[in-house]
Amino acid sequence: MTLSAGAAAGAALAACGNDGPGGSESGGGGSASYWSLSGEPGEPYRQASIDRFNKANPDSKITPTFFQNDAYKAKIKTALGANQAPTLIWGWGGGGLKSYVEAGQVEDLTSLFGDATLKGKLLPGSFGAATVDGKIYAMPVETVQPIVLYYNKKIFDQVGVSAPQTYGDILDLVPKFNAKGIAPFSLAGQSRWTNMMWLEFMLDRNAGSEVFDNVFAGKAGSWSDPAVLDMLTKVQDLVKMNAFQKGFASTAADTNADQALLYTGKAAMMVHGSWSYGIQKAQGGKFVPDGGLGWMNFPPIDGGKGDPSNTVGNPGQYLSISSKATAADKETAKKFFSTTLVDDEEKAGWVKSGGVPVLANSDSLYTGDDAQFQKDMSAIAAGAKTFAQSWDQALSPTAAEVLLDNIAKLFQLQVTPQQWVDNMNGVIGK
Amino acid sequence: MTTLAPPAVRGQEPTRSRGGRSGSVLVWMVLPAFVMFVFFGIVPLLGVVLLSFATWNGITPTIQLTGLTSWKAALTNPGLVNALWVTFLIMALSWLVQTPLSILLGTFMARQSRYRGFLAVFYFIPLLLSSAAIAITYKSLLDPNFGLGAGLGIEALNQDWLGQANLAIATLIFVVSWQFIPFHSLIYQGAVRQIPQSMYEAAQIDGAGRVRQFLNITLPQLKYTIITSSTLMVVGSLTFFDLIWVLTAGGPGDATRALAVQMYQLGFQASLMGPASAIAVILVLVGIGLSLLLRRLGGRADESQMEGV
Repeated sequence: MTLSAGAAAGAALAACGNDGPGGSESGGGGSASYWSLSGEPGEPYRQASIDRFNKANPDSKITPTFFQNDAYKAKIKTALGANQAPTLIWGWGGGGLKSYVEAGQVEDLTSLFGDATLKGKLLPGSFGAATVDGKIYAMPVETVQPIVLYYNKKIFDQVGVSAPQTYGDILDLVPKFNAKGIAPFSLAGQSRWTNMMWLEFMLDRNAGSEVFDNVFAGKAGSWSDPAVLDMLTKVQDLVKMNAFQKGFASTAADTNADQALLYTGKAAMMVHGSWSYGIQKAQGGKFVPDGGLGWMNFPPIDGGKGDPSNTVGNPGQYLSISSKATAADKETAKKFFSTTLVDDEEKAGWVKSGGVPVLANSDSLYTGDDAQFQKDMSAIAAGAKTFAQSWDQALSPTAAEVLLDNIAKLFQLQVTPQQWVDNMNGVIGK
Repeated sequence: MTTLAPPAVRGQEPTRSRGGRSGSVLVWMVLPAFVMFVFFGIVPLLGVVLLSFATWNGITPTIQLTGLTSWKAALTNPGLVNALWVTFLIMALSWLVQTPLSILLGTFMARQSRYRGFLAVFYFIPLLLSSAAIAITYKSLLDPNFGLGAGLGIEALNQDWLGQANLAIATLIFVVSWQFIPFHSLIYQGAVRQIPQSMYEAAQIDGAGRVRQFLNITLPQLKYTIITSSTLMVVGSLTFFDLIWVLTAGGPGDATRALAVQMYQLGFQASLMGPASAIAVILVLVGIGLSLLLRRLGGRADESQMEGV
């Protein structure tokens, strides 16, 4: 027996604003709504491309609304369930997109990308997370975002140490910074996905990419690899030796407090996505322009099986079109995809933000102050044997929530490595 | 606030002739509130009960009714015991901290005092603020790296307030008390003013001091107010969500993950609407059960104290 979710929820929400797909009021062109993330470094460039499109297409209009990261993830799901989704749905691809596809909420864009000139403008590696059962349901947009190890060069000089080449070096550095009253690593533990970035690298460098590939494929007992236990023990050892700042469990990433710790010199290092560069440039005053920020791929772990060139993170961001939108709104969205989002100004904008655009042939644009960072990120993304998608985005929302919950408990020493493995084996394939 | 109970009209013969007309007027006056209550109270509640017997990820257009599957999932969830424990811990601690302080403050403010005007304005400010705003403010003040302690260089203030399990619970109770004690002292202030002055005069003649007067007159006279205020506190603590969510997000680990937070995480983060609805139903049942229990404890709490009624 089934009932219509739209009937109850839709009726209750019908009176609540006109952000949904039914919000089109103009006559000829569509008026697509667009939801995305707020804040530096992305929001100004998202806004800029929408302004550009609206100016070039006077009879169509895209209206954006921006939300904070964690709030957005909940908001977009609720809106989809209530049939009040925006025309343009911003996301991370992977497991989240898969659940939208299974619910019939997003438009199949395979035919749009059947056009080789459009597809050819985007990096080929970015389409994996947009593809479900061989069909493309989202357009890769914005930037390629590998996760890297950042460090504060001024603090390193002050303490008289050099950047770590191996995980063993990191372990040696921790007590040295602690002795000077500087947190070795900044971590926004309350947000949980930040802790997850550590686990992604620790697992990859210890055990290679196979363990997570098996988890992603739904193979039973995948977490039972002995290398996983070893990696989890290493993470808890880091917590026990105070590798993270005091109060890391109550630091939230939404306010960029973790970034502030690094650029104010209260912390020496930080594992974070490449988007962090733009945040530190925008908020850290002279820190980035003065060459205070250093970066590198996560170093190899002694005796680990993983290829040190591997990386993890976001192979792109993704824009889908709501299947519930009107035909006119869908046309507006598709026009936005095939014109504004692949034009030269879009590419230049994301380069200016300090990121590596998901648009092909960007290398010649890396000439300004951020050139070195962008060349390095581009090289990491292109040179990686495996570019693993962030775990919480690759998995289904149900499995991802259990994963994030257990990761938070692992960092709080509330679960043992063995309990962690058992808990996580319990939700494989869910 | 038993004094607000409407005067009973039993046995009043003269009113009977007017009964029909005032009755129908009464119905029309109640109707808008009643319609609102049905539409925004009862209908969603029934929807949640229905959802708890279904399996839904929150985004598919159709909902599968799957009997007790979601209830089984909710009741066997390893986090449920912890969430229940955290909920009752927050409830008990916030009652224990708030009640004595509210009674003392309420009694203090009920007396004639030239500071009362100042207090009335200054002290009730927390009542005007939303929980989210309060939580954001405290979160910033308590930050061990950028907060008050670090800013002023006061080591004692510079604790990991929200990052350690016991401290996080204690901090939460403090913030809850800061927010709600003004409201409860207001209730007590009103109740203390209702106590006949003659009782205190008699006690003074008998030579009772202030403490004795408080223990033997004020406290017993506040019995029904204590029950009302406690019911509001206890049932209200079940609904704490915004404050916990912004302050700790249920963390560190699951140390402050009360039932309402658990419900949100299951429903909106793990996309398990069925088990989340089951928890919501449990919350409603616990709330109703506790209110009934408190009424029982207070004896005939609905009996009016007004003379001759």
